[in-house]
Amino acid sequence: MTVSAQKAPIIRKAAPEPEPSDSLYEGRKQIYPQSVSGRFRNIKWGLLIGGMLLYYFLPFVRWDRGPDQPSQAVLVDLANGRFYFFGVEIWPQEVYYITGLLILAAFTLFLMNALAGRVWCGYLCPQTVWTDLFLLIERWTQGERRERLKKAGQPWTLQTVVETALKHVLWLAIAWWTGGAWVLYFADAPTLVKQLATFQAPMEAYVWIGILTFTTYTLAGFAREQVCLYMCPWPRIQAALTDEWALNVTYRVDRGEPRGSVKKAKVLRAEGKPAGDCVDCNQCVVVCPTGVDIRNGLDMGCIQCGLCIDACDNVMSRIGRPTGLIGYDTDNNVERRAQGLAALPPKILRARTLIYIALIAGVAAIMGVSLATRNTLGIDVMHDRNPIYVALSDGSLRNGYTIRALNKHGSARDFKLTLEGLPRGQIEILGQKAEGGAVSVHVEADQTLELRVMVTTPPDAPPPASTPIKLVLTDPKTGEQTTRADFFKGP
Amino acid sequence: MVDHTHQDIDAATGTATTGHEWDGIKELNTPLPRWWLWVFYACIVWAFGYWVVYPAIPLPGGHTKGLLNWASRDAVMQEVESLKATRAPFVGKIEQASLQDISADPKLAEFARAYGKSAFGNNCAPCHGSGGQGAVGYPNLAGDRWLWGGSLDQIAATITHGVRSGDAEGHDPAGAAGMPAWSQMGLNAQQIDQVADYVVSLIAPTKADVSAGQKIFAENCVACHGEDAKGNTDLGAPNLTSKSKWLYGSDKATVVQTIANGRAGHMPAWGAKLDTATIKSLTIYVHSLGGGQ
Ligand code: SF4
Ligand code: SF4
Repeated sequence: MTVSAQKAPIIRKAAPEPEPSDSLYEGRKQIYPQSVSGRFRNIKWGLLIGGMLLYYFLPFVRWDRGPDQPSQAVLVDLANGRFYFFGVEIWPQEVYYITGLLILAAFTLFLMNALAGRVWCGYLCPQTVWTDLFLLIERWTQGERRERLKKAGQPWTLQTVVETALKHVLWLAIAWWTGGAWVLYFADAPTLVKQLATFQAPMEAYVWIGILTFTTYTLAGFAREQVCLYMCPWPRIQAALTDEWALNVTYRVDRGEPRGSVKKAKVLRAEGKPAGDCVDCNQCVVVCPTGVDIRNGLDMGCIQCGLCIDACDNVMSRIGRPTGLIGYDTDNNVERRAQGLAALPPKILRARTLIYIALIAGVAAIMGVSLATRNTLGIDVMHDRNPIYVALSDGSLRNGYTIRALNKHGSARDFKLTLEGLPRGQIEILGQKAEGGAVSVHVEADQTLELRVMVTTPPDAPPPASTPIKLVLTDPKTGEQTTRADFFKGP
Repeated sequence: MVDHTHQDIDAATGTATTGHEWDGIKELNTPLPRWWLWVFYACIVWAFGYWVVYPAIPLPGGHTKGLLNWASRDAVMQEVESLKATRAPFVGKIEQASLQDISADPKLAEFARAYGKSAFGNNCAPCHGSGGQGAVGYPNLAGDRWLWGGSLDQIAATITHGVRSGDAEGHDPAGAAGMPAWSQMGLNAQQIDQVADYVVSLIAPTKADVSAGQKIFAENCVACHGEDAKGNTDLGAPNLTSKSKWLYGSDKATVVQTIANGRAGHMPAWGAKLDTATIKSLTIYVHSLGGGQ
C-alpha cells in the first residue's frame, strides 16, 4: 500500500536485500538476543534500576499535608476526585495541568528525537525496560543465546522443563509486582499493601493487578519487539519528526566495507587493496533485541538501544582496530562520508531544537507560574434564570444567585463574600444578613459548598437593566481572594 | 489475490508487490504478522460470545435472552437502586430532622436543595415554571409575596395538603372561601369600577378621588384583605399593597375582572403522591428560591 518504511533509502547500496516474500502474512522469527557489556549496556542498566526503583517505591514516599489529609506524596484519589503530587493538589476542573504535563512530555520527546533519534525507545520506554528485565531472567534461567537456540530445537528434558518453569514463575512474579505497584498509586500504599496481604483489598485492586500482570507478562515476555514493530505509533511518528542532524545508531559503511574476515583483510591490506574493518562476525546482529542488522542502514525495527555499538566496539578492540565502526552519527555525515567529505560534529542548536526548547520553556513557565499563584479558594456563580429578577412588595429589586465556594485547603476556613459594582446593593445569604457589607461562608477542609445568595437594591434607586457586578470571596486570615464577574438585572 | 507465478519485485524498494496495479502504481506487499491474523479470528470468536450471553436474536415470540439474562431496563433499575443507596444516609437524615434543623445545617440543606430541585422540575415546574418564576394564575415562588404564608412550615403544609384540593387539612378544602364574584354579591358595575380604582391606587398612587371605592372596600373587602389591605395568609387573601407582580395582574381591567368574577386557584395535595423526604426537600428548595417569609 505504501512505500515500505522498513527499507532505509540512505545507504542501501551496502546491503543485500532480504528475500522478498509473496505471502500476505509473516511468521514470527523468534529472536534470542545475546548479552553484551559496554558503555551503552551500563547506561541501560542504570536507567533500568533507577526507573524500577522509582516506579515501585514512589507510592511509599510520604508527604505531610496536615491532619485528615492523605499523606502519600503521589496519589490519584479517584473516589474524591483529587490528584496529589507532593505539594500540589489538583481538582478535576484543573485537568489542564495534566494537559500541560502531557504537552511538556510530547515536546520533550520531540526534542530528544531531534537530538538523538529514538532515545526514548532504546533507553526509557517501559516496553524496552521490562523486556530487558525479562531477557535478563531468560538468560539467567535458560542460558546464553547459543544454549537457548540449541534447547529450542530439542525435545523437552527435565532440565529444560525446570528452567522454563522457573523462567515463567519469575516473569509472573515481576508482572504481578508491576500491577501491584500500579494500584498503590490509587490508594494509601501501606494500607493497601496490608489489605492485599490479608485479602481484604477492594475488588478493583485485584482486577487491576490482574490486568497489569497479564499485559506485563505477555508484552515483555512474548510480544517484545512485535510491540515496537506493529503496535506502537511512536516509530511512525518519530520517522516524520527526525531530520538529517539527528544522531542515530549508524554503521560506517565507508570504514566497514568491503567486509571480510581478519585474515582476508590482512591479505588485502598487504596487497595495498582496500579492506573494511567489519569482520562480518555478526555480533551486532545477535545482540540486537529486535533482530536488526544495522549494517543495512537505518531501519524502522531499530529501537536505537546502542547495544550493537557495544558489541562492535568489543570486537574492534579485540582485533586492534579503532572502535566506533558502529556509533551515533547523523544522516548528514553518512552522506558526507559517502562523498569522501569530513564528518561534521552534531549541530545541537539548530532551528528545530531551539523551537522545541522554546516551547518546552514556554509551557513549563506557564505551568510554573499558574501553579505558584494557584488559588486555594474558588467561587462559581450562576445567576438565576427564571426569574431573572424579582420585584419585591416594597418595590425593591432582587436578583438570586447560586454560588459554590471551593476550599482547596487542608483545613476548614471561614471566607467573606462581598459585592462590588453595585453601591446600594445589599448582599445576603439565605438566613444571614450581611455585616459590614460581607457575609461569611464556612467551608470544610478540601470541600465545596453551594449557597443561595440574594442581592437587593432599594426601591428608590432602580438600577439599569443590566449592571456588571463582582462577587469577591476572601480568606480574611491570608488575604487570598478570588473574584467572579456577573450581572445584576432589572426590568 | 497474490500472483504467485509472476512474483514482481518493486525496483525502488526491493519489496514484493501484491500484483495489483493501477495506472502503473503498484501495491507493495508488506506482510501482516501472522499472529495479528489470529487476533482477528479471536475477535470474531469473541463476537459470537455476545450472541450467547446477551440478548441477540429476534424471534416471533420475543428474543433470545442470553445466558446472563441481561436487560437494559434491569441495568437502569440497578443503577437507580445504587443511587438510592448512596443517597440513603442523607435522605434518612432529612426524614428525621425538622425543617429548621435541615436549613441550619449547610451540608444537609445543600443536599435537600439539590434533591428538592429535581423533584420540583418533575412535579411543580409545569405550573410554577422551572425556577419558580410562576405565571398568570400560578404564584411566583422566588418573590416575597406568599398567599398562604412563606415560612418553612407554611410552605410544607401547602405542598402536602394543597389548595382547594379536597384534602380536609388543606387550604379552603371545599373551595367555598375563595375570592367571591362580587357582581353576584350585590355590587353593580359602577361600584366595582370604583373599588377597582381604589385598589389600583394602593400601589399606583393617584391624585384622583378614590374615596367612593375606599368606602366600598371598607364595607366588603376588609374582612379578608384587612383594614390596611395587607391581606391574610390564613385565608389566602393577597396583600394588595405589594408592588411585586400580582398573581392575575394589577392593571385596572384585570382588577375589575377579578372583583366581578372572583378567583379561586387550585393546587394539588402532594402529600398523597410524594414521600416525606421529597416534600421536606421541596420545602427547603422552594424556601431558598426567594428566602421565604
Ligand atoms: S517502538 Fe514504541 S514500544 Fe517500542 S520502544 Fe519505541 S516507544 Fe517503546
Ligand atoms: S540495531 Fe543496534 S541500536 Fe538498533 S535495536 Fe539493534 S542493537 Fe539496538
